[in-house]
Amino acid sequence: MVQIKMHLLVCGGTGCRASESAVLVEQLNHQLKLNGLADEVKVITTGCFGFCEKGPIVKVIPDNTFYTNVTPEDAEEIVKEHVLKGRKVNRLLYEDPETQEHVSDSKHMEFYQKQVRIALRNCGFIDPENIDEYIVRDGYAALGQVLASDPKETIDIIKKSGLRGRGGAGFPTGLKWEIAAGNKADQKYVVCNADEGDPGAFMDRSILEGDPNSIIEAMAICGYCIGATKGLIYIRAEYPLAIHRLEIAIKQAREYGLLGKDILGSGFDFDIELRLGAGAFVCGEETALIHSMEGFRGEPTIKPPFPAQSGYLGKPTNVNNVETFANVPPIILKGWEWFNSIGSEKSKGTKVFALAGKINNVGLIEVPMGTTLRDVIFEIGGGIKDGKRFKAVQTGGPSGGCLTEQHLDTPIDFEHLAAAGSMMGSGGMIVMDEDDCMVSVAKFYLDFIVEESCGKCAPCRIGSKRMHEILEKICQGKGTMEDLDYLENLGKVIKDTALCGLGQTAPNPVLSTLLYFRDEYVAHVIDKKCPAGQCKALKSYTIDPEKCIGCTLCARTCPTNAIIGDKKVPHVIDQSKCIKCGACYDKCKFGAIQIR
Amino acid sequence: MKIELHDSHIRQIKEICDSFDNNPGELINVLHKTQNVFGYLPEEIQRVIARNLGIPVTRVYGVVSFYSFFTMKPKGKYAVSLCMGTACYVRGAEDVLDELKKELGIEVGGVTEDGKFSLDCLRCVGACGLAPVLMIGEKVYGRLTPSMVKGVLAEYE
Repeated sequence: MVQIKMHLLVCGGTGCRASESAVLVEQLNHQLKLNGLADEVKVITTGCFGFCEKGPIVKVIPDNTFYTNVTPEDAEEIVKEHVLKGRKVNRLLYEDPETQEHVSDSKHMEFYQKQVRIALRNCGFIDPENIDEYIVRDGYAALGQVLASDPKETIDIIKKSGLRGRGGAGFPTGLKWEIAAGNKADQKYVVCNADEGDPGAFMDRSILEGDPNSIIEAMAICGYCIGATKGLIYIRAEYPLAIHRLEIAIKQAREYGLLGKDILGSGFDFDIELRLGAGAFVCGEETALIHSMEGFRGEPTIKPPFPAQSGYLGKPTNVNNVETFANVPPIILKGWEWFNSIGSEKSKGTKVFALAGKINNVGLIEVPMGTTLRDVIFEIGGGIKDGKRFKAVQTGGPSGGCLTEQHLDTPIDFEHLAAAGSMMGSGGMIVMDEDDCMVSVAKFYLDFIVEESCGKCAPCRIGSKRMHEILEKICQGKGTMEDLDYLENLGKVIKDTALCGLGQTAPNPVLSTLLYFRDEYVAHVIDKKCPAGQCKALKSYTIDPEKCIGCTLCARTCPTNAIIGDKKVPHVIDQSKCIKCGACYDKCKFGAIQIR
Repeated sequence: MKIELHDSHIRQIKEICDSFDNNPGELINVLHKTQNVFGYLPEEIQRVIARNLGIPVTRVYGVVSFYSFFTMKPKGKYAVSLCMGTACYVRGAEDVLDELKKELGIEVGGVTEDGKFSLDCLRCVGACGLAPVLMIGEKVYGRLTPSMVKGVLAEYE
């Protein structure tokens, strides 16, 4: 038998695949073969490493070299230099932005230093399409342990660990299991909510793509605890890669007897089916999700009855989010005391965030609860892109709010984020800089809500539409000060009266920006100006007479002939004719066109 | 526009329904499969599905119109979808969208006259590191600017 001397781990997450990481894998294999190394060096496609900004990533084991921005053309050099001669390819190493030095080991990168990986423990380490690799890293050991003990003991461990639902609401997981376990029925169900609908969030998808077996194991554990023999994963149809890897994992688990009849000889039966979503944000709400799984429109219904009493097909159903499940096996193996020692007072463990927007290190991160926003944005995230000024961070997606500079030292946990006017949500974290108009951002989220409202209850269906219209009016420069009061009142009414979580939280982006960025709203209304310069209708283009040399290029470009002036004489824009298309700005070679 | 369904099409739909035991609870899976085969779900197809599953056509239509993944209009040969997730939005997706509309001469949800391109927005592909992101068919284009749009579309000429 030939011994494998070296592993090349290549990120196969959606982001890196979009940058041709699959072609890179082919090229690496091709080069290894050409150099007669195919038997000694193995290329493994893994899940997301998290450092999406610099993808595709290649990690070399055993020396832990971390290559960034690798293209298929780099395969030859990596094989010939690093694999054959043991010389690192310096130009592909991460460069520390402060010291400008090459960092070879990811352990020494600031991006990874403050992270603690529990839910993401296997992402970027194992081949998600091979169950053996999961098993080697203690996979299914927790299930074995649980099946040999009383379900009540396991529920007790989960309760004591302090694990709370990672989908957004933060309901204690152990308590949820206990309630479902206590309801008697001939059939119960375990449901995994993988309908990750937040725009800009990709935590659950990365876990499913990088470590699908951890979810299967946790669902089986949950099934044993509550007395369910059937599991269902409700996953978005927009996640083809995650679906593919889950299908493989389920098939392999069945072959190994880790799903199906009499698991590990314990007499416990459990199997899992996939249910595809079809593009509806509201289906992340558990009652809506259950209706969707039954083949109906995904409309929510009033709770109670809770799914734990009457859920899928009217049977007791326990619904947990992907990340919640991913935390379960380590808690069983390492003990509740270990998990409970991580995090803040009421929020235990870690939280995965999808860090995106105007930030240097876009990616997937996992930090202990209680880490401050400042640490996440400036240390792990590497600060704001292009040296711009930080303006706001949006957490919780369309249900959350925007926080400002004054909140940077807020510890990230369920309580503190809610107290500051936002929420934890499922883990989307979008950073904005001085060029982002907060009124536009609020309008963007309302736009999303208007489109995604299921239409069942009037406050959400009609109210969010009216709020959107008012915001549109303000962005057009036609708003009044009364409109701001309307927005606030309407927002509060929707919060109080909407049927489900989607409607009740829909006004949050508007209310939080109104609270923290009122000046910006006022500038739109009174001064008819957009301070960030983003709202097109409020922009005005002028020509700097100092810089204009009268080349007439802009005048010839202008579609409405709004620019007047003779050759070699500074030109002027007729504001009454200008449609603010920006064509002159793009054409001017002398930077004479100014936008205000 | 009325569509005449061929007998072979009706048989094909029946086979899909049969593969799910004609269980109305599997309606969404049936619709996914059918749309995979036909590209879209016009009224005539919905009627056949309703008949096979033994449910009112209103229920089928209710589900088709509720979920954004299902479409009652055929897409273009090349489906152009721009990501409108928050990360893409703050990195300038709106300007790219304006440029796409201008170049293709259609609005979001439309199809060009020659049937070649259709334009849609979608919510988060999850490649936020590459924002703003555009997909044409399965191919992903990242870090787009309005000035790159013309060149990308030209690849499909």
